[in-house]
Amino acid sequence: MMTEMLDPVAKEQAMDEAVLQVQGLDVDIRTPKGTVRVVSSVGFSARRGKTLALLGESGCGKSMTAKAIAGLLDPVASVAGGKAYLDAQDLFSMNGKRRRAVAGEGLGIVFQDALAALNPVYTIGTQLGEAFRIHRGASRKQAKAEAIELMRRVGIPEPETRVNSYPHQFSGGMRQRILIAMAVALSPKLLIADEPTTALDVTVQAQIMQLLRKLRSEEQMAVVLITHDLAVVAEEADDVCVMYAGNVVEQGSVQRVFAQPTHPYTKGLLSSVPTDAHRGQGLTSIPGSPPELSKIPAGCVYQDRCPLAAAICREQRPELHETGPGQRSACHFSQQVAEMKPIDDSATGEDAH
Amino acid sequence: MLTYLRKRIIASALPLVVVIIGVFALARMTGNPAALYLPLNATDTMREEFAARNGLDQPILVQMAQYFGGIFRLDFGTSMRTGEDAATMALRAFPATLQLAATTMIIAILLAVVVGSVAAMKPNGIWDRCSSFISMTAASIPDFWLAIVGIWVFAITLGWVPTSGVVGAAAWFLPVATLVMRPFGTLVQVIRGAMVSALSEPYIKLARSKGATEYRVIGQHALRNAAAPGLTVAGDLTVGLVNGAVVVETIFGWPGIGKLMIDSIMQRDFAVLQACVLLTAVAIFILNILIDLGYALLDPRVRPSAGARKRRKARAAQGPTQGSDPRTPQLVGASMATTESIRGN
Repeated sequence: MMTEMLDPVAKEQAMDEAVLQVQGLDVDIRTPKGTVRVVSSVGFSARRGKTLALLGESGCGKSMTAKAIAGLLDPVASVAGGKAYLDAQDLFSMNGKRRRAVAGEGLGIVFQDALAALNPVYTIGTQLGEAFRIHRGASRKQAKAEAIELMRRVGIPEPETRVNSYPHQFSGGMRQRILIAMAVALSPKLLIADEPTTALDVTVQAQIMQLLRKLRSEEQMAVVLITHDLAVVAEEADDVCVMYAGNVVEQGSVQRVFAQPTHPYTKGLLSSVPTDAHRGQGLTSIPGSPPELSKIPAGCVYQDRCPLAAAICREQRPELHETGPGQRSACHFSQQVAEMKPIDDSATGEDAH
Repeated sequence: MLTYLRKRIIASALPLVVVIIGVFALARMTGNPAALYLPLNATDTMREEFAARNGLDQPILVQMAQYFGGIFRLDFGTSMRTGEDAATMALRAFPATLQLAATTMIIAILLAVVVGSVAAMKPNGIWDRCSSFISMTAASIPDFWLAIVGIWVFAITLGWVPTSGVVGAAAWFLPVATLVMRPFGTLVQVIRGAMVSALSEPYIKLARSKGATEYRVIGQHALRNAAAPGLTVAGDLTVGLVNGAVVVETIFGWPGIGKLMIDSIMQRDFAVLQACVLLTAVAIFILNILIDLGYALLDPRVRPSAGARKRRKARAAQGPTQGSDPRTPQLVGASMATTESIRGN
């Protein structure tokens, strides 16, 4: 199905569509005990009108990656290396003024917790219109009109009266809609959605994802969706980038990666999804837990939990390499992942190679 | 609003009565005014006459009852010293105190907002350390010491400003500079703390993600949130000043309520002292209401939801109300959630 990707011309076009290109991104956090690398040589690209999912457990560095790209890292964190191009503009080499010009106009971001992300003391109208005041020099009146229009677009009832309400007067789902409206206000080329539905209940989640999909196709934005939810990735994303302990372990199209994972971690994640589960039957999970970021071992980051781990995995960190059309994996034994046994009886899988 | 006012008045009435009784009793313990107002060789008849003229021959409970009765007729007694109406004297002195308090607080707040915000931009940075040192010092210098040193340096040695009085702008310099220190020092620390916590909130990131300048991020998004704790403390500090900056007013001969109070105590001029206490108590009561209103103005979450009321009106105009009463924010949220799930997709 992805054979056209092999065609050099088609590949060239695909590259042209790339709105965001991230290469070898490193992010460090300064702690009292020293510097910790929380994101390590992460690279991916997000295409126009498509959704790229950054998938991983909490603490795997996906949010840090997003914040680094958006220029919103906390003061203790900093970009230690790598490049990020938004439409050929190098984001990390920009000065503050140019960076501010890109914020909102070229790149919008939707935060996770809408109640905390909205300023409690300003009306929704003020906050929605702010981007127009900053970037377009709109008057208060124009900004308010734009705010009402945005509220209508994201499906908030009675926008003319609700525009003067404060964040605490809205429900969680409505607040998330408002945040999304804020992020897309200036029709940015890239939208980063950082776990946009985590704080919401399931029915509202579906509505929010549908809204994101609608806006993506209307604006032809590239969307970077940060999530730990495999179902969301399967439904919403075109491409996926699986992260583990600050590293990308596998990337490619969602169809390809989910059908034929070539990294033991991806495989492990996928087999943890309960399908055909019966009452009383135990749920499968990956044994162990991710390493502390300050104690990442030499060699492969996944070695401690990997059923395929061998001597080479302890010495040499695997590079991302092509394992299929548009699919790349960072595993020395990527060829053997397909034959890997399901996890629940893989306790003795150590000598599988 | 009226309910709120009624509640506040009822809640303040009892403390006010207690304060008046306390002042009434304490003032009379300072001694017999006759000793001050009559010549040393006054006869007992003269003393009795004086006491009877000023109602001091009655038992203290009767005096108190008469005084409370007078309050309801807006009769606050007359000054033994000048024979003038006590309330008039207190009211005449009050503007000087209010002007001094207002000038002091405006300067203190403006300075504290700037210094506190700059300090909060880089916690533990060089500016933060400097402002911390300055504000701690300012908040802990005793005002009588500062006033005397100020007079010595600026009035006596340099001769730039008068030592006392209210004539001309120069006369304001020393009293204001002395009084500004404590509110400034205290407010810098409060605002710095509130700004540091506001600046670490996610809404600051959201503002930055829209391309807001640092000025906008700090001066609007963070400061408006940090203003509420600042207001609380500024209110308390203002109360302290309105009460009459007794020491500073006395040192600089500032004809305010603080000085009048001290003079009345010295002269055992009970009616004037009581009028002063009553007047400042009422002023503090009004000030507290203003602080509450300011609080609601700054933070919509403590308002009795004007938005909800407006919406209710709008809904009533459109047709029958939707059953739920959207008066409290929680209920508004809940009714919005239902609307959302009903609208569905």
